[in-house]
Amino acid sequence: MHIMEGFLSPEWALFWTLVSVPFLIYGFLKIRKIIREDPAQRTMLALSGAFIFVLSSLKLPSVTGSSSHPTGTGFSTMFFGVGVTSVLALIVLIFQALLLAHGGITTLGANVFSMGIAGPFVAYVAFRAMTKAGLRTPVTIFVTVFLADIVTYVVTSVQLALAYGPFWESLTSFLTVFAITQIPLGLVEGILFVIFVDYLERARPDLTEKILRRRVVVEA
Amino acid sequence: MRREYYYVLGFIVIAAICVIAYALNPGAEFGGADGEAEQVIGEIDPDYEPWFSSFFEPAGETESMLFALQAAIGALIIGYFIGTNRIKKQNRDG
Repeated sequence: MHIMEGFLSPEWALFWTLVSVPFLIYGFLKIRKIIREDPAQRTMLALSGAFIFVLSSLKLPSVTGSSSHPTGTGFSTMFFGVGVTSVLALIVLIFQALLLAHGGITTLGANVFSMGIAGPFVAYVAFRAMTKAGLRTPVTIFVTVFLADIVTYVVTSVQLALAYGPFWESLTSFLTVFAITQIPLGLVEGILFVIFVDYLERARPDLTEKILRRRVVVEA
Repeated sequence: MRREYYYVLGFIVIAAICVIAYALNPGAEFGGADGEAEQVIGEIDPDYEPWFSSFFEPAGETESMLFALQAAIGALIIGYFIGTNRIKKQNRDG
């Protein structure tokens, strides 16, 4: 989903950076609060970051013949929301921009917005709605993770189409490249997190009870 | 069905998706969809010149190594967490 270095005009680069900064500041403050006040949540924070690191480095060839990778942001989104996820995404994106020439410093703001803010935001809204509706936990997790992944790539396509019009025509081209390659990866990521959260619920219910309270109450 | 069977089934589906993906595209380039988007930009606006380029662009092998490093950092933390839980459980159960 990375927009390559130098591929957004200075105006768009600045625009997406300005949009992302408030989320990052909010997320940074929230992380600082978690680290100071809640040692148990520190573990979850480390795990969230770790999953984004692993999953966003795993490249898989897709049907169209190009490789792509999952984002890994769904887990962090469920447990910490959008702000924190945007900061974790920023860390990974800086690593990739400086060491791997994937994405870039000028496109950092746009990439943080798609991967760390837009995808997680849609996923978080869906997660809350599904939790409230009382859907089964595995279904909720699967859909949340899948959305965080897919929406990220849809937003990247929108960002590129805005910069390289005509909008609708370009959007179709970019969506074909990105979003379609992403569906199998979203499925893989969804299954993976359903299994991991299930493990987590049994091994460390103290860490998940705040988020998945409903199920813990039912079983108690 | 026991929980373990669901796990195994889940991992089989993951493995199958990966194997099918590689089987359909044995020559898929590591560069990936980002580079393909770059091509699309080239078709839409052939005159576009990137106005900024990366300070440091690793060679192919180095790039793979750094991707592996990124995965290793994450996997290390997850593995540590799972290991810690196991020891805690052992201590609890005596």
